[in-house]
This record gives sequence, structure tokens and C-alpha cells, in this order.
Amino acid sequence: MSDAISALNGASFDGIVRVQEMGLQGMITLRGDIASAAVIKAATKAAGVGMPDANQAVSDDTGAICWMSPDELLVLCPHDKAEANVAAMTKTLGKAHSLVVNVSDARAMFRVSGASAREVMAKLCPVDFAPDSFVPGMFRRSRMAQVPAAFWMRDEDSFDVICFRSVADYVFGALKMAAQPGSKVGMFNKPQAVSK
Amino acid sequence: MSTRIANKGRLIDRSATVTFTFNGKAMMGFEGDTLASALLANDQMMMGRSFKYHRPRGVVASGAEEPNALMNMGEGASFEPNQRATTTELFDGLTARSQNHWPSLEFDVGAVNTHLSRFLPAGFYYKMFMYPRAFWKHVYEPFIRQSAGLGQVPKQGDADTYEHFYAFCDVLVIGGGVAGLQAAKVAADAGARVIVMEQTAHWGGRAPVDGGTVNDQPVEEFITRTVTELSAMPNVTMRLRCMGSGVYDHGYALGYERLTDHAPDQDGPRHRLWRVRAAQIITATGAIERPLSFAGNDVPGVMLASAMRDYLVNYGVGPGQRIILATNNDDGYRTAICMKQAGLDVLRIVDGRETGGGALMSEARSLGIRIDCGRAIGKVTGGKRVRKVYLCAQSGSGGALEEVACDAVAMSGGWSPVVHLWSHCGGKLIWDTDQAFFRPDPSRAPTGADGASFVATAGSASGAMALDAVLADADQAAKSVLQALGMKAKRKKIPVGEDQPEAMMEPVWMMPREAKIQLRSKAWLDYQNDVKVSDVQLAAREGYESVEHTKRYTTLGMATDQGKLSNINGLATLANALGADIPAVGTTTFRPPYTPISMGAIAGEARGPIFQPVRRTPMYDWHNTQNADWEPVGHWRRPYAYPKAGETVHDAVMREVTNTRQSLGLLDASTLGKLIVKGPDAGRFLDMLYTNMMSNLQPGRCRYGLMCTENGFLTDDGVVARIDEDTFLCHTTTGGAERIHAHMEEWLQTEWWDWKVYVANVTEQYAQIALVGPNARKVLEKLGGMDVSAEALPFMTWADGRIAGFDARVYRISFSGELSYEIAVPASQGQGFWNTLMSAGAEFNVTPYGTEALHIMRAEKGFIMIGDETDGTVIPQDLGLGWAISKKKTDYLGKRAQERSHMTDPNRWKLVGLETTDGSVLPDGAYAVGEGVNENGQRNMIGRVTSTYHSPTLNKGIAMGLVLHGPDRMGEELSFPGTDGKVYTARIVDPVFFDKNGEKQNV
Repeated sequence: MSDAISALNGASFDGIVRVQEMGLQGMITLRGDIASAAVIKAATKAAGVGMPDANQAVSDDTGAICWMSPDELLVLCPHDKAEANVAAMTKTLGKAHSLVVNVSDARAMFRVSGASAREVMAKLCPVDFAPDSFVPGMFRRSRMAQVPAAFWMRDEDSFDVICFRSVADYVFGALKMAAQPGSKVGMFNKPQAVSK
Repeated sequence: MSTRIANKGRLIDRSATVTFTFNGKAMMGFEGDTLASALLANDQMMMGRSFKYHRPRGVVASGAEEPNALMNMGEGASFEPNQRATTTELFDGLTARSQNHWPSLEFDVGAVNTHLSRFLPAGFYYKMFMYPRAFWKHVYEPFIRQSAGLGQVPKQGDADTYEHFYAFCDVLVIGGGVAGLQAAKVAADAGARVIVMEQTAHWGGRAPVDGGTVNDQPVEEFITRTVTELSAMPNVTMRLRCMGSGVYDHGYALGYERLTDHAPDQDGPRHRLWRVRAAQIITATGAIERPLSFAGNDVPGVMLASAMRDYLVNYGVGPGQRIILATNNDDGYRTAICMKQAGLDVLRIVDGRETGGGALMSEARSLGIRIDCGRAIGKVTGGKRVRKVYLCAQSGSGGALEEVACDAVAMSGGWSPVVHLWSHCGGKLIWDTDQAFFRPDPSRAPTGADGASFVATAGSASGAMALDAVLADADQAAKSVLQALGMKAKRKKIPVGEDQPEAMMEPVWMMPREAKIQLRSKAWLDYQNDVKVSDVQLAAREGYESVEHTKRYTTLGMATDQGKLSNINGLATLANALGADIPAVGTTTFRPPYTPISMGAIAGEARGPIFQPVRRTPMYDWHNTQNADWEPVGHWRRPYAYPKAGETVHDAVMREVTNTRQSLGLLDASTLGKLIVKGPDAGRFLDMLYTNMMSNLQPGRCRYGLMCTENGFLTDDGVVARIDEDTFLCHTTTGGAERIHAHMEEWLQTEWWDWKVYVANVTEQYAQIALVGPNARKVLEKLGGMDVSAEALPFMTWADGRIAGFDARVYRISFSGELSYEIAVPASQGQGFWNTLMSAGAEFNVTPYGTEALHIMRAEKGFIMIGDETDGTVIPQDLGLGWAISKKKTDYLGKRAQERSHMTDPNRWKLVGLETTDGSVLPDGAYAVGEGVNENGQRNMIGRVTSTYHSPTLNKGIAMGLVLHGPDRMGEELSFPGTDGKVYTARIVDPVFFDKNGEKQNV
């Protein structure tokens, strides 16, 4: 087996925020009745975190469960654990109507971090990123410029963004443009400059 | 002479000089100047020539409404035409050139048009260039194109960057004048999230120039205090140099922020387009003064009274030494008073009203200004600059003229509220007879999805002109939107404004009222498009009653300023000519943007490499290093071929086919869609989606399937592999994955919602590589790890295993007719696996091949391609694919449609092979012609080419096509006229050109 590499192999850019491709990340799509005990058990065991509410993500340093839709979860885990987790989850689910599939390599993940992270995101995604509207713990599927993306906040100053692997270069390019020096907006970071 | 005046100029910093060039001439201005004020300070009264007649033109206005002073701005990659000097902030090193002249601004050949003006009437183009027909293309249009005016087209790519910004708020306030600030304050105090946009670089709008007090303090203090308070509030965003550009459905609005136009050396994007969702919008967009229509009202030096006042108060520029003011209202007097107090000579105030005005008139008179009531300007003369004004009675036709020498004329025809943003999304207007303007009708506001209003107007934009009325109206506007939001305004006193009371204005649509034709044909309505009073009257005489038709016939209001100065005067002129009331004639439609916005701002980040997403496979970089000739397939980029040094693309394709057929080829097939379909009802579901039976496919086996739309047309194809009892993996075409995934979800969610099936798109999880050719098996056996023998892995089966340590799923399927394995590995290991296959295949001269070789090999085998043999009107039966349509199933998507009479018509064109009689390649898309002609006199057509290639395997041209009764006409020859003038002859043959029995793939 050869060395596995992520879409952009950890590329990064420093502008008004730091943009970093996060390397290989285990991701598992789980579809099923997400209120059922079997699904909850399968997901929480693999991710090592609790179940999220609708439009939320629950995460810690190694795992996460993201609410994708009323019958879909995205389970995050270390990349090298994904296959084993898929097998274990499938076993846990048994005969329950469900679908568990490894999508780790179908995706790329970026981290957008820094005091202007909200503003950089707001240049590309049609989402209300005001500090009292989008808070850590929320999970949002939307678009980033012209491609689908999903994102949530790790903390007050950083976002994790998931996109499809094939467009990783495009997303990185769009984030670099949005993070270019001199492009702070000043909407979410008071005080603002006031001209006469 | 136009010059700087001492002790005036609240916006300029006289200690900071700025140098710039105009038409190559170096000039000096001050920080805070606009280009227009700086040009005036340099006595540059003439700033361009007009579009049609090339008449000398000077600046008329001081803001966004300016029609004349348009500039070619900047140079090279920063060049931009048609920029208004009035809204361009001066910076060091600015370069501007005037427009519409050749060879120079001072001497212009095109000015001959003004002497030909009687031959260039309204509708001239329509009348003149109709006949003879052929002349339009070859004579008229090239000539018109060359003489077309306005700025030059940029020759270089734009060096700047742009961006969008999505913002959300409760209340968007457009306009940062007194009304906007007051409305914002009331909304913000109530706790609403507020964004305030002001198009200029300064808060306060006109108020500091016009004067007055708020709560007994000068209005400037109110502005400063309110701005300071708003800026400190966490729920308020204040943006200068940000124009509210358009208001759209559902509270969507665009703001156009100019970040570095005034500071080109600053980092960052040049413009930012704000894409705002606002629950409520307040337009506090102020009002625009109207010109008066008298002869020569376009001579440089004739200016709006308010603009003249702006230049003096804001920039310390006196546009003339001896000034005449023409007005029909009291506000115009403010300009005369202000000029007089600055020490300039105000020769005369000509008031079209018989009885004149009120307090302001008295004040002017007390300053010693001569005031003539019931008088008018008959005409202004001077060519490149005002020299003389001829005065006459307003009620007459322009006779008995009194001659007065002067060098500047201020005109005030009353004010019009800026109703554009109110109107963009359907807000209606009412005609205010007293003030002679259209103003928003609050009872017919733009409405949202709930049928309730989402736009309110504040201040002058509502038609409230006096300071006190402005503040009260703004306060009321804010309270009404707060109510709509379910929020409560804080109890606070409305600030009390006070300014000079004004007497009633009197509409003056023409000066003098009965002006004779010689005067009317020199009285401009639309400066930028050179439309005169006489043109609109001519249009009315020629039967143009609708204002929209008149607009298009005369071009009134169609220039880049969209008639901000001309619309009301123009439609009043039309109404008078038609003998109709102004409100009965109505206005033209107001459309966004309010003033032109840059294309860059609209594009945002979408330029250059990120113009559009390009989807890359895990082996993209490798392909690139191998000189791949790229082909876009959907958003994917796939190698079309890999030309080697000295090789043409065609040669490369031929080599790739030959090497693959003879030994070994390698194809990046990662772009093929892969959808997992799982559940107890998965088989039943796929039986409905595919035309053939899928539920009886055994685990471990593969089957080719066709998918149709419910209208019966072929939409996708691919190989389905059954993974286990409940699970299938469906391959789709490249670019078909998302579409078919959505198709499946739609049926599952809307029709068969009770079926237990889940679908997941795993296309990008895998790098899929096709290993193709007689030596394919040897390579895999050499790498080891899996039994890939014909017995263990026969044709149309699949297996999981490990090859050379890679986790692999191997499909024994073939789109080339060769022995072929399509191998899927995790995408993160795709490049590694590709390298492994390249090394292992080296001894067999392994040849990476692209999409064109793929196409040729499939065509040699007679395999159809979605998008070539199908175009949305083709059903499987047309393509001889009846074998893939289950006769056992009671239903599948498209079945019923395929039974309709047109679908079963024996005259539908059917798929055949085509072989040129001379071995040449048929032109793609060529039609076969039959006997006779159709009702349009065209040759009857009996077929068309759907795919055509040179086959290196057979060394001749091969093609597929759809032909009338084709399968029944084997051996017949058809004629295909090409666009190159040649007629190609091709014989109808079996579409399978190569290895009909499948001996090469079934080994």
C-alpha cells in the first residue's frame, strides 16, 4: 500500500486569516433513522462524541458527528480508523435499514482561522455569520462560491470547511482570494473606522 | 472664469495638494476634491463633448446624476471608461481623459454633427438605415460603430481584484444624509441590526450645504453626533463609498462599495459587492434638482443651482465671476445668496414665477441682487463657455430679448425625489401637483412574500423637502419598519429642524413657455444622449404616445445616467405635446443598478483560475506533467490525449488506440459516477429506474443498464454491480453522477417515499483506473494479490481484493472491446496505484490514453455514447438497444412514453454504422440528404451523423448515425453535403466495426 495523500497535501495560505488544508480526515456517511438506538449507538461509538441536534455538530479533537439531514449523519474520525469504523457501524446496525459508507477520500477539509474568519466565510457563503447568529456547535450545508460546502466552528475564531475532493483546488483559490491582505470588511469586528 | 475662492471648501484640505493630469496636462487640486471640482478650480469648464452632436459640454451636476463629465480614467490594466468626474475622488497621480472627440477636446471633427442636427432628428437611425436592406451590415453599421461615442474599450485585462460580501440585517438604510442617519438611529436604538450605506465619502448629504439647524444647533453638529453614536453601536454597520445599487425581491439588496478607487495604492479588492438580505429597507436617497429647458442650457458654464452651491461650499470653487440664476422655486435663491456672500457677482435672478418667491427672495434682494420675476432665459450663447444670456418674458415665445454678458448660469427647475430604489421592486408613485414631482405612494409599497411592505422611504426621497419635514418623515419611516419587524421604538423626541421657509414653486417645463422651434431645438432634455425638447415633441407628433416608446425612439433617458436629470422634464414635455396630464403619461421603468457598477464587482472572486470550479481527479497533476491535452467534461477536466514531443494531438490519439489494442492502455476513469443504492427495496427501485431488469442480478456480477426520463428519452447509461443482497453500485456517465443522484432522490422523496432505499454518491471516494488491452491480465498477475483469471473473474463480474498492497475493487468490464479491468482504489491512493500500474506495465509499452482514444475504441465496437448518439430526443429503441429493455417488467420510467404513437413510428431515424466509400472521415453532425425539398425549400433530410472518427485499427473513417429506415437499408449509399462544399458518400453498415463476436474481451 502506498502513501495516502490528501487533495492538496496540507497546503496553507496566510492572509487576513490562515487557510489550511487539513490533510486526510476520516469521514463516514451514515443514513438511517437517526432517532433510533442502533444509529445513535453506531455513530457515537465511532466518533466518540454525543449526538447532535438538527443543524448542529458535536466534535472533540479526534471525532465529530455532524447533522446532515433528517436521515443523514456525517461521522468524523481519524482517517486510518474509517474502514474499521464502517465495518463496526455496519455490524452495530445489523438488520436496521441503513447505509454506512466511507467517504473520507471523496472530500477535502480546510480550516479557516483568525479574527477575520467570519468575514472571509461571509465573502463566499450566503450565510449570516454575525457572532450572535452563527456560533460554535452549529453545522451548515451551503455553498462556497460555486460549489457545495459544509462548515462549522471549532471555536470563536475558526471554521472547518468540507468540500468535495475534486474541487479542493478551487475552494483553496477562492479562500485565498477572500483572505487577501487588505480585504478586512470590519462588519463583525468593531470598532470601525469612521470618516468625517 | 472658474476659480478657487478663499475661506470656502469644507471638504478640501488646502494644505495637501494633489497633482493629476487631464488630457495629458498636469493640474493641481487638493485632498478632498472630486475630479470635477479640481477641474473647475483649474478653470477647465469644458469636460467633454456630447455623444451625438459632439457639442462642448461642461459639468452640470455635482454627484451621481452627472450626465456630461464622463472620463476615460486611468491607464493600461487600470483603465476604465465613462467614469463620472463628479463622483471620482481626486488622488495623486490620477489620469483622466475626456471623451467623444477627435482629434482633441478643443478641436473636434465630429462637431460638424451639430450643424447637421436638423438632419439627425429623433428616430433618425430607424428612418435612415432601413433601406436598402443589405446596406445595414456592410455600410451603415460599420460607420455607426466607428462614430459611436462614450469611452474607449479597455484593451488590457483588469489588474484589480473584487469580492462579494453576504450580509444580513433587520434594517438596511440606503443613504447617509440627515434622513438616513435619523432613521438608522431610531432603528438602532430599538435594537435592530442596521446597515447604513452612503454612496459618497461623507455623511450628511446636502444638509451641510443647504444649512439649517437641528434642535437649534447647526445641522453639521447633528450629523457628527449621530454618526459618532451610530458608529459606536455594536448592532450598526456604517459604510461610506457604498451605493445602494438595487432592491430586489424578498428584501434582497445590492450595495456597491468602492474601496480603493480613491486610493489605488491600497491593498485589497477594488470593489466589494454587498449582497444583503434585509428584513426591511429604508431608502433615504434624497432628491435631485432638475435642469430648466431653455436654448443653450448645455453650454459649459450652465449648471444646476445646487451643484454650483456644492462646488462653492464643499470645494471652495466659484464656477464663474458673473452669474445669472434662473429658477422657478425658492431653493434656487440659496445659490444666488451663497455666491453673493462669497464675493461673486450675481447679475440677475430670473424667476419664472410672476410673483416670485418668499423669504429667500427677500434675503437675496436685501443683498442687492436684481430679481426679475416672470422672466426667463431665452437662450445662452458662447460655444465652449457661457458668454451671453438673452433674457425674455417667461410667458412669451422668446422675442424681445435682453442681452446680458456673463460667464456662468445656475438653473433650478425644482426637485425630484430619488425614487429609483423604491421603484426597483414594484413601489408605485403618485404625482404631487404642488411640488411638481413624482413621489413614492406609501400605500403601494414593494411587498414581500407575505404581501406586506418591505421598503419605506425617508426624507426627501419621500418628497419631504424642508429640514423639519425630513427629520419627521425619517423618524416615521423608522417607526413603521420597526412595527413591521415587531420591534418597539424608544420614546425619544423627534429632532426639530429649522430652515428658511419656502414659497410654492411653479412648474416651468420650457423657458420661455411658448419657445419657438429655433429655441426648442437647442433646449436639451437628455444631455448625455443629446435629446432636445424638439425631439420629444417630434416623437409625439409622429404618434408616440407611450413614454416607454418615446424613450426608445428618441433615446431619452437611455444613457449611462439613465435619465436622472432628464426623465421628468422629458415626460412633462411629452405630456404637454400630447395634451395629457403628466401622471397619465407616467414614468419609464426604474431598473437597477442606480448608477453603473463595475463588471468586476458583479463577477466578484470569479475570475482567472477560479472563474469556474474545475474538478480534478486524483491523477490530475500527473496528467498535467505528461502534457495532457485537456477536455472539459462537465466541470471535470479529462485528458483528451497525451501528445509526446513532436507529435500532433491526432497522432497521439492514433498511437494511444493502436498501443491499447495491441498491448496495454491505461485510462483515468475516476470521473465516472458511482452511486451506492442500498436497502431492501433497492432491486425494485433499480428495476423502475433502468429499462432492463436489475433485481435479478447476482451479487458479484455486473450488468449494463439504460436509464430513461419519464418521457421515454435516454438520459444515462452505465454498468451496475451488485455488491450484496441489499446493495448495488451504479456507474453513471462522467458528469452524470450529480444529476442521476438527484433524479434518484427525487423519485425516492416524492413518489416512492415509503420504499426502503438509501442512495449515496461515492464518485469521488475512488480513483478508478481502466487497465485495457491483451496484456492487462499479465500486469495484474505480475503485481499479485488477486486471482484475476478468466475463471475466477469472468467478463461482467467484479471482486474485492488487494493488488500490490492496494485495497482494490476490480470490475471486469470493457468499453473498448479489449480485455479490460476497471480498478477502483481509495482516491488518496490513486496516484500511487497509477504509478504502480505504469511501472508494472512498462514492459508492455503501457500507454495512458485519453477520452478521444476511448471514443474511437467504443465506436469501433458500436457502443453508444450518451450525448453523442443521444441528444434528449432519442429513445433506446432508436439505437437498436431493444435487448436492454425488459419485456418482463410491468413498468419502468419511460415505458409508457415509449408506447406512444410517435415513439413507435417506424419512420423514426435508427442507428446504423456509416463507412465512407473513399475512407475519409465524415463531418461530425452532417446530414444525409434525400429526394425533394421541404416546405421551406430545403433539401429533405433522411439522417445525420452522431459520431465520426478515423479508426487507426481499421485505417478508415468510421461513423455512426441515425438514418430513416436505416437498419433496413444495409449497403445503401447516402450523400452527406459538408460545410466545406464537398459531398461525402457513405455506405450504411452494421455499427459494430470491430470484433463483432467479442473474442478480444472475453478472454
